[in-house]
Amino acid sequence: MSRVLPAEGGLRRVIGDGDALPDGEVEGLGRDQLLALYRNLVLLRTYDERSVIYHRQGRIGTYAIFWNHEAMQAGSVSALEERDWIFPSYRESAIGLLRGMPASTVLSWWRGHPAGWWNPQDYGVASICVPIATHVPHAVGFAWGARLKGEDRVAIAYFGDGATSEGAFHEGATFAGVMKAPAILFCNNNQWAISTPVSAQTAAPTLADKAIGYGMPGVRVDGGDVLAVYEATREAVERARAGEGPTLIEAVSYRAAPHATADDPSIYIDEERVQEERENECVGRYERYLERAGVLSAAEAEEIRIDALAVMREGIASAEAEPPADVSLVFDHAYANPPPPLATDLDELRRILG
Amino acid sequence: MKELLLVEAVNDALHVEMERDPAVMVMGQDVGLLGGVFRATAGLQDRYGADRCVDTPLAEAGILGTAVGLCMAGWKPVCEMQYDAFSYPALDQLINHVGRYRWRTRGKMSFPLAIRMPYGGSVRAPELHDDSPETYYVHTPGVKVAIPSTPADAKGLIAAAIRDPDPVVIFEPKLIYRLARGEVPEGEHIVPLGKARIAREGSDVTIIAYGAMVGVAERAAEALESEASCEVVDLRSLKPLDEDGLLSSIAKTGRAIVVQEAPRVCGFAAEVVAVLAERAIFDLRAPVLRVTGYDVPYPYWQLEDAYVPSEARVVDAVRRVLAA
Repeated sequence: MSRVLPAEGGLRRVIGDGDALPDGEVEGLGRDQLLALYRNLVLLRTYDERSVIYHRQGRIGTYAIFWNHEAMQAGSVSALEERDWIFPSYRESAIGLLRGMPASTVLSWWRGHPAGWWNPQDYGVASICVPIATHVPHAVGFAWGARLKGEDRVAIAYFGDGATSEGAFHEGATFAGVMKAPAILFCNNNQWAISTPVSAQTAAPTLADKAIGYGMPGVRVDGGDVLAVYEATREAVERARAGEGPTLIEAVSYRAAPHATADDPSIYIDEERVQEERENECVGRYERYLERAGVLSAAEAEEIRIDALAVMREGIASAEAEPPADVSLVFDHAYANPPPPLATDLDELRRILG
Repeated sequence: MKELLLVEAVNDALHVEMERDPAVMVMGQDVGLLGGVFRATAGLQDRYGADRCVDTPLAEAGILGTAVGLCMAGWKPVCEMQYDAFSYPALDQLINHVGRYRWRTRGKMSFPLAIRMPYGGSVRAPELHDDSPETYYVHTPGVKVAIPSTPADAKGLIAAAIRDPDPVVIFEPKLIYRLARGEVPEGEHIVPLGKARIAREGSDVTIIAYGAMVGVAERAAEALESEASCEVVDLRSLKPLDEDGLLSSIAKTGRAIVVQEAPRVCGFAAEVVAVLAERAIFDLRAPVLRVTGYDVPYPYWQLEDAYVPSEARVVDAVRRVLAA
């Protein structure tokens, strides 16, 4: 097994391996919540697997795959309240589904159709951040601003291991620490930034070690263990609500799929390790945990999968039924009070398009 | 009315707007306890507290990036960039997020932030305290830009910027922070974005300028008094641009010079010239000339007077268009 990360050991885990490592439990999580978590995992997994197929069928454009990242996303979001805000990167493009966003919205975004917009206030989910790490200061500013207004809201920003090399991560984390912002900086360390391994990203033993420089705790957790992610995030949320400031969570996994549909990882990745990860992927791990705990039957699991597939069928049908967008949307909403030439431009474009 | 220096008018605007709207906050390096390196934010922290006049870490991208989040939480941040050339780390936030975010939410969320920064040269400062970066900002979709040249306009444009639902960048000509003195209305005072000002009436040639170059244009016009009647137009707002205001001046004079301190290539003067070419060509009786900084790094200050457009260079350009 190749060891890309200098320190992969010592990760916090709750889910056992069904063998030598016993299953743990998360205090306060009852049967309904455990199942809700499973439902969310399956929804994200289904979204992702269907999206890769839709891409191959030419029904969506280039797509950033998040296969085996579902535990990090579902586990952490489940530890938040509805009033808390989520600041996703493109790797968390479908995270809004966990807040009731229609699948068609996210699919439209990947289809490059203007119907792929949303009002962040409706879901507590900011627009998807495409540049790397530049949304970290947004989450921090939001959390700081909410606290200044006396509101009890936490903000969580998701980013990858490569993002921790960006200046925006550094400046966002600096502000978070100084302002004691109720923010969670959630790093999904899948050990690869396209073809760049995390060992080429930093000389620090772990990414969580960086937290000390910002005056916040850094927590390491097994990113494939949805319960460990949930628990670590819940603790970070409690700290934030108690006025104790931000937390950096480093959830460690291994990217077992291409970076995006346009990527060919066979050039750079360790296929043996990928295979190992695929066999130990996060949805299956949790499913086996629930089966061992007697919480989930095969029939229930099947029903949940069928429900998720229905969401996707409805989502893609609805996205594909969107009429072509009017060209006015090229101009609309760029400004509240647009400079006058934009109206002239639209008139001219309409005249030429006939 | 009271007589204020330009920097005092900036300060007055911030006091009035923070008093008027409790969502307005000021943030930046040294803006609180010190009151800003130019004292533009003096007294704000005393009056409104450290939560609304925030001394931030030394991190321009962090300032503008957190300001985006602050907008989402309902604040109207006024970000100070301490100097022109130090604002570049924040361009990533400006271009990728500040100018796009409203559009990405179909106008459901506004980002009513303002960015203020002292800009321009001739202040005998070390390198990189002298830039005129307005073009980078004007070129960014979703962002508006204004540049005052008088104390009253500084107050009015800053107030307009703070109240505007779109992000607005105000460049303050630092050379004249304490040289420009003038009558400023007391209390609330707004100068709407997108309205140029005739700084001096004339009939033979229009000299178009903004910021500290307005004074240079006015002095050139005065020097030419016996030769030509020069009109000086102070743009005040680069985006939106008062195209109609420009056209009516050109209709009268038929000749134009555009003066900017920034380097020439693709500078804002080029945009003005393009507008005149598209919309005023038949009113023009001579080529439109630019008087600008050169396409080289801003020089050491012992040479800066040779770089920054001078009265003599403007006079020379006017004579050339009159002779054309």
